[in-house]
Amino acid sequence: METFAVEMCEVVKKFPNPDGGEISAVDHVDLQIEHGEFFSLLGPSGCGKTTSLRIIAGFEWPTEGEICIKGQAMGRTPPYLRPVNTVFQSYALFQHMTVAQNVAFGLEMEHLAKPEIRRRVDEALEMVQLHGMGARKPKQLSGGQQQRVALARALVKRPAVLLLDEPLGALDLKLRKEMQLELKALQMQVGITFVYVTHDQEEALTMSDRIALMNKGKVLQIGTPVEIYERPTSRFAADFIGVTNFLLGSVVELNKEMATIQLKQSEGRVTGLQQGNLVAGQPAILSIRPEKIRLSEERVLNQNCFQARVINTTYIGSDTRVVVDLGQGTRLTVWEQNKISILDKRAFYTPGQEVWVTLFPENALVLADA
Amino acid sequence: MASNRSKSFTKSLRENPKLQGLALISPTMLYLLVFMLVPLLLVVILSFLSRGPYGNVVYALNLQNYVRLGDSLYLRILWYSLATATLTTLASLLIGYPLAYYIARAPAKQRSFLLFLILVPFWTNFIIRIYAWIMILRTEGLLNTTLLNLGLIKAPLDILYTPMAVFIGMVYEFLPFMVLPLFTSLEKIEFIQLEAAADLGAQPWRAFLRVTLPLSVPGMIAGSILVFIPAMGMFVVPDLMGGAKTVLVGNLIRNQFLTARDWPFGAAASMVLLIGTLIVTLLYARRAGLGEEVLV
Repeated sequence: METFAVEMCEVVKKFPNPDGGEISAVDHVDLQIEHGEFFSLLGPSGCGKTTSLRIIAGFEWPTEGEICIKGQAMGRTPPYLRPVNTVFQSYALFQHMTVAQNVAFGLEMEHLAKPEIRRRVDEALEMVQLHGMGARKPKQLSGGQQQRVALARALVKRPAVLLLDEPLGALDLKLRKEMQLELKALQMQVGITFVYVTHDQEEALTMSDRIALMNKGKVLQIGTPVEIYERPTSRFAADFIGVTNFLLGSVVELNKEMATIQLKQSEGRVTGLQQGNLVAGQPAILSIRPEKIRLSEERVLNQNCFQARVINTTYIGSDTRVVVDLGQGTRLTVWEQNKISILDKRAFYTPGQEVWVTLFPENALVLADA
Repeated sequence: MASNRSKSFTKSLRENPKLQGLALISPTMLYLLVFMLVPLLLVVILSFLSRGPYGNVVYALNLQNYVRLGDSLYLRILWYSLATATLTTLASLLIGYPLAYYIARAPAKQRSFLLFLILVPFWTNFIIRIYAWIMILRTEGLLNTTLLNLGLIKAPLDILYTPMAVFIGMVYEFLPFMVLPLFTSLEKIEFIQLEAAADLGAQPWRAFLRVTLPLSVPGMIAGSILVFIPAMGMFVVPDLMGGAKTVLVGNLIRNQFLTARDWPFGAAASMVLLIGTLIVTLLYARRAGLGEEVLV
């Protein structure tokens, strides 16, 4: 029988509210994480991602539902008996121990022989490039180094699953980018299942094999980064991941996988890929990424092509960000990649200029307006 | 001219952090100098003088008070005081630790109430509280009556006016001085540290031994010093609860000053107590301090 590294079955976690009621921090979460997978729980703060992680770790027990790790139901197994280890957001290093003592702690709990412990601690420190730092105290290390100690301390136990709770949250942007790549490489190297909690969509897209997008305690969508970015199934998903433009309207025509909506603010109609089951007449939105919109001086298509006026342009080096007005105040943001130098007049749009905006139907998604 | 000088003083005060610090502590320094250092010097000098026939002080320098303290009678008192203070410190630590731990882990709202309860006894005079203990411990007291009525004992326990009573009274008196620094230390330990220990495979008791206990060492040191030092000089509890049987060095000093009117000998005993306590405390703090450096 096939087992998963982690399985959450209809997990509910309720916390008492200050006003006497209850709130569901985790609301019927049901997901399966494959062995060796880099799986991210992504969502805004308070979406239940950290609580889900803490339930897997055993720090919280589910109010309803069950957690299985490697096919074993966990029930109320305490954290110290679970084959998982955690890298905490604040690292939670033992300040009274040296780096080496921190890393050795978990192995000492397993009553391993001293030489074996020493060998594995050295190995682990080498793996996170902290060789020779074993005698230092955590306080003597930089944030990035402390992060590595936390990682080594958890990985040295060779857990079935490594749980990471926003481990890069406290690092500056440059270091975070470096660590993202390093973590991903490390995960491929050790082949351990990573469950990674983050609110940073770019981080999740960069590192994950699959992402579970969460909001208000519920999992909205599970998929690969490409699926999540290219085919969001809800307005929240489209909005939370990356940047997107929304056009409001209602469904007037459904044709196989395509849907056409009548725009609310103008006479125009626009067609896009149908996401989910829509019915004619229902309120819907068309979602399109700014880099997928085409600007041109002449009309390109018969449909999904609108005349617009350039409102402003922002040059950001690789791209130029152009805001256009379709009329009635409907605005779209368009990212034009600067494939040729912007000093070349042909590549430059000026405010006030009339342009044609093309929304290719295969790049546009029609979503139910929830 | 004068205003010019005060202006230049204000200016140099503003520009010189060292001077600011000095200005801030000088009232305290002055107070300590007048009311602490000067009397202490007087006691030092007094300890090298001797008693005249009518309890007056004879101004002739000599060492005879210190020689007299070498007598086995006094050595035994010193030893007994040291043992009592050490036992009091240990007992306060053993009783105080779980209490401080409980308060530190209590929900924030209860915590301040529990701390308040620890401080409530200080609202009542110490002597009155000692009399309350006498009422509890005496032969027909609360404790014996209760135990007799419950049939747990056949004859009343003789606790009052024994070293045991002194021990109980001293632990009672000094417990808050142990609990408060311990609480401060334990409260600072983030719960996530224990979660991390559990996550790495430590059962609760091992997490306690490896994480909580080492991190609370500073509180244990501070509490022990705060209990040990006053316990070394205690004389009220042995006076009231120990009967005439228990004499600590504190009683000896008090008797020399108030009853025997041998101020020089009392002063010498005070000096021995002071220096002895200082040595023990420094040794302890240094060892523990070394430990702390390793720990923190």
